[in-house]
Amino acid sequence: MADKNNIALSVRDVHVQFGDHVVLHDLDLDVYAGEILGFVGGSGTGKSVLMRAVLGLNQRQKGQIKFFGHDIDAADNDTRLAIDMRMGVLFQHGALFSSLTVAENIEVPMHEYLSMPKSLMRELALLKMELVGLKRSDAHKMPSELSGGMIKRAAFARALALDPSIVFLDEPTSGLDPIGAAEFDALIAKLRDTLGLTVYMVTHDLDSLFSVTDRIAVLGQKKVIAVGDLEYMLAQDDPWIQSYFKGERARTIPAFDKAQRKMQSNNSQLASQ
Amino acid sequence: MTRSKSAILKKGSAISSLSDDEVRLPSFSENTEGGTHTIVLDGVWATHSVGTIDKKFKAIKLPKDADRFVIDCGDITMLDTAGAWMIARLKLRIQGAGTEVDVHNLGENNTILFDAVMHAVTNDESDVVKPAPFKFSGILPGIGKLSYAFVADFLSAMNLLGAAVRGSQMKSGQGRRMSLAPVANQIDKMGVGAIPIIVLMSVIMGAIIAQQGAFQLRYFGAEIFVVDLVGILVLREIGVILTAIMIAGRSGSAITAEIGSMKMREEVDALKVIGLNPIGVLILPRLIALVISLPLLTFVANMAALGGAMIVAQTYSGISPDAFLARVREAVDLTSFFAGVIKAPFMAIIIGIIASVEGMKVGGSAESLGRRVTSSVVKSIFVVIVVDGLFAIFFAAVNF
Repeated sequence: MADKNNIALSVRDVHVQFGDHVVLHDLDLDVYAGEILGFVGGSGTGKSVLMRAVLGLNQRQKGQIKFFGHDIDAADNDTRLAIDMRMGVLFQHGALFSSLTVAENIEVPMHEYLSMPKSLMRELALLKMELVGLKRSDAHKMPSELSGGMIKRAAFARALALDPSIVFLDEPTSGLDPIGAAEFDALIAKLRDTLGLTVYMVTHDLDSLFSVTDRIAVLGQKKVIAVGDLEYMLAQDDPWIQSYFKGERARTIPAFDKAQRKMQSNNSQLASQ
Repeated sequence: MTRSKSAILKKGSAISSLSDDEVRLPSFSENTEGGTHTIVLDGVWATHSVGTIDKKFKAIKLPKDADRFVIDCGDITMLDTAGAWMIARLKLRIQGAGTEVDVHNLGENNTILFDAVMHAVTNDESDVVKPAPFKFSGILPGIGKLSYAFVADFLSAMNLLGAAVRGSQMKSGQGRRMSLAPVANQIDKMGVGAIPIIVLMSVIMGAIIAQQGAFQLRYFGAEIFVVDLVGILVLREIGVILTAIMIAGRSGSAITAEIGSMKMREEVDALKVIGLNPIGVLILPRLIALVISLPLLTFVANMAALGGAMIVAQTYSGISPDAFLARVREAVDLTSFFAGVIKAPFMAIIIGIIASVEGMKVGGSAESLGRRVTSSVVKSIFVVIVVDGLFAIFFAAVNF
């Protein structure tokens, strides 16, 4: 699914500091088109800062950010607009507009960017709701009437409103119960497969990391210290990565055993060769 | 809002992987052959482009001489959920009329997408629940609800007043005394902090009343009586009511917003679970602070208004400050002063209680916080004025 020759998002030498406090220093990262990249890091290491810098919500002191090969600083207005239309963001707490209904929330980006009849907009909004597993009867509910899982789904539907190529998910499963979180993970994977999405997912949920991500990036010491699949992570010597992926909580997850067994068998094969 | 074809395509496709000759607006052609009606789709069927063809596409009908319907997607250069929805909608509509519809040449990736869209649409059996439209008969239940809300407001205000008097503890009996620090803090915020604006407002108000009074009294050659006018009006009515309105706007809104956001973040529930009485902890200090501050602020406002009047009397009517003060001493006695100031604590309680009741009604959303703050200020100003009127009637009846 992931295409290594087609880089959806490329981040080079990004440096962000607030006052004297350096958060990110010369950070590099590539996200391939069509992959689900899980992004982890300890609290306060700057995961959110990086995401916000990529989205243009935080200023960066230097560095280059390219979407689909277009440098966002050098792009002309039309290209900037096209890039904006191809990005969707799911904020951690949903960030649904509380004075609008669910369907109206999904229509906000459409109103902004598209010229199409209102009836078609509503039809597409309902379709997006159905794609993320909401019901048509939820269309006229206000965000305050929704449960936590429904808020995440509605916010995801809004992120998908313009059929983006890349979506940024900030802790999509936080605050959901394990069943709801597993369903949401399955939804992310399903939509990636059907819509050809590229997914950049900041998460602390080990289940999500193990079940849906293609690659994992670890942020530490102000840069990305490791990028790779789960096996690669398990083979790392960095103490933080070791304790993150091999800690007590990780050990209870079946996918972990599978990956570890695979790694051990690989090692034994290597040894026997 | 019309946009040129090239602008639409440029915007949506600028970074797509299509080459220039593949970028075409969506279009379709129809033909009927041997009982089969075929629709051939062409171009970019994507979110940014399908708006241009929606109307024409909706108008497609099955001709009378056809009994099969085929949608041929072989020439589509790009398809996303919006395009897939257009096809799915057509398919469902024709099928609903009783004719089978085949979709041909979708290609592998687009088939996955189309199937997902069909699955999502057909799987959802619920229907859009529209909010009830406006009806004139809806006004009556509205009035009824309003009356009940008024009664409920009054009851919760009384409940709050009672609970506030009960103090901060709910369960154990110890430590029932109020701590003074929050009260002092609130007095500083609501009382001391309000002095500059109250003084400014009152000086201007006193000056205006003096100027207008002097202007009218000049016809009768009784300009000196402007002192009586200002003295009595300010001390009995204007000083206290303007101060109360200002505090309702300044501190009432702050109380509602503070308590409301605490309610939103479950801090109020946390207090309850810990065993404290949230009303006693949060509201009582504010109420006490208001009851202490408002009379003092009223006094400040009275003095400032008289000061403003004195300046105007000097400059506009040539009444010297000495003459002004001598006249004030004659015109005004202690009862005028107390008739004003005695209203202040009542107004403080009204402002505090209404602000707290509205704060406690805040729900989960930012919108409800805004609505509650507005209604807190509006209600407390209204009730303050009504109560001032009641006091005026009472004082007139008892000759105070």
